[in-house]
Amino acid sequence: MGRFVFFVSEAFRALRRSAAPSVAAIVTIVITTLLLGVLIPVLWASEGKASDVRDQIDLRVFLYDDASRAEIDSLQEKLAAMPHVKGVEFCSKKCAVEELERRLEGDLKGSISELNSNPLPKSFNLDLDDPDNLEAVRAALMPPNSAGKPTPISPAIDPPVGDSRQDAKEIREVTGAVRYVLAGIAVLLLVASLLLVANTIRLSIFARRREVEVMQLVGATNWFIRWPFMIEGVIVGLAGAGTAVGILWVCKEVIVDPLADNFNLIDNFSTMAFAPLVLMLVGAAVIVSALGSGITLRRFLRV
Amino acid sequence: MPSITRRSTRARRSERGQHPRRQSHGQRRPRPSGQPPIIEVNEATVVYPGGHVALERLSLQIARGEFAFVVGPTGCGKSTLIKMLIRDVEPAAGTVRIAGKDINAMPHDRTPYLRRRIGMVFQDFKLLSNRTVYDNVAYALQVIGEPRSQIRRKVPEILRLVGLQAKIHNYPDELSGGEQQRVAIARAFVNHPPLLLADEPTGNLDPETSIGIMQLLYRINRTGTTVLVVTHDREMVDKMRRRVIALEEGRLVRDEAEAGYHDESTQEFAARMRDAMGVDELDYDSGFEH
Repeated sequence: MGRFVFFVSEAFRALRRSAAPSVAAIVTIVITTLLLGVLIPVLWASEGKASDVRDQIDLRVFLYDDASRAEIDSLQEKLAAMPHVKGVEFCSKKCAVEELERRLEGDLKGSISELNSNPLPKSFNLDLDDPDNLEAVRAALMPPNSAGKPTPISPAIDPPVGDSRQDAKEIREVTGAVRYVLAGIAVLLLVASLLLVANTIRLSIFARRREVEVMQLVGATNWFIRWPFMIEGVIVGLAGAGTAVGILWVCKEVIVDPLADNFNLIDNFSTMAFAPLVLMLVGAAVIVSALGSGITLRRFLRV
Repeated sequence: MPSITRRSTRARRSERGQHPRRQSHGQRRPRPSGQPPIIEVNEATVVYPGGHVALERLSLQIARGEFAFVVGPTGCGKSTLIKMLIRDVEPAAGTVRIAGKDINAMPHDRTPYLRRRIGMVFQDFKLLSNRTVYDNVAYALQVIGEPRSQIRRKVPEILRLVGLQAKIHNYPDELSGGEQQRVAIARAFVNHPPLLLADEPTGNLDPETSIGIMQLLYRINRTGTTVLVVTHDREMVDKMRRRVIALEEGRLVRDEAEAGYHDESTQEFAARMRDAMGVDELDYDSGFEH
């Protein structure tokens, strides 16, 4: 206990006596934490949006108008049992019209009632576990027959089996690309912040390598030298992250929240909650800064 | 100025134990045999990366309680010898024993414990510049886990011994070179180590200040601590009339054991040194030994 108090007081002494490098380290951490604090929710929201779009992709199996009830029932069972299929939903001719009505707007809406018969087919909507499995499911619905020609698994199916949207493949590609780009940016950002913080800490410790050398000559063990530096790192990390979180909170209260109240756009974005974000940022800042100090010291500590 | 001849006559006399003052100062005599010498270097060779041989088959022994000098020109291996004794460098061949223990056979994490038993004084003082005089000395005690009450007692005491009680809350850069060296000595001695190594302790100081520092080291030696001083100041060494180990190109070229040794109080010592070096008296004394 006495030791711990000593180490903490040593850490504060070092911060006081070498104010400039400490401030530099704190400012670096404030900036990187701010950057991460803004970009992580944005990336998160973009990723959420991309996932939403992907989830909307489903596979639609159109049926012949003259398919019998029994054929439809047995097909539904088969479909439900297929791998990668999460849910099967039957859409009758009536439901197809209603769906069309929902999509049309204005004048066009009324034009449906002008049809004297319903030309829309019955269909099954297949909800897939992952849009990437779309091709696999489609192939399973149309296995090749003995002649090698794709044939539907049920006579009720009106080939070809399509997806709900023509551009499903494109959406898949775009959202996939967005996802990779976002992940890439996040990783780059994280690496950049790590290097920046580690470098700043290295500089501030490098300026004090003579001090470390003297401590060793007096017979201080490596951990005796290292603890105050690591505690100093924790303090620097806490101060930096605390400041950054304060700024983020003010921005959230003053800018983001009023906007979210006024516009549905921002409200619709599902992003990270503030509390876990803060916890994550503070934790990361403290760990990086303490480990940065500890690891940098190793170079000066070889006996 | 004492000549070489005179010194070696004295040496022979003291080896036979005939020195008249020797008997009356029992505490100055090396401790009874059976205890291993405090320093025992055996055929040690130190080679630096790049192939430079800093020490070559060096052998020497220093008994407990001795006051000895290591002299030689720049690059002769003096500083390497000191570094080897605190295990800052390791010999490629040969052994180094401190108080009978082969220090290079110890695991590396024990090295700090070796250094706690050896006081170190350097030419450039090596004080922690962001700490006061008090905290610099206290650090040596904090390192060994001394309780705070003991630190509060011991630090002012040792600073009184080196005559710096008035500067206890100053920072090193507010002190003169001589004062900084006194702080360094106080730090080295506050644990009462059995061995004190000084690497050019007077290298940056003027003659009068140097005498004050040597006087302090001598005083420490009289408490039973072995003192080994590395220097290139031949004049000073000649005046001190203590054992002189001379190195040249990493080899031992001369070892005059107890050359002209004679026991004296620190007062007598300082007076003689000032006289011999032609320096006026300037009272550094703190009344430690009246």
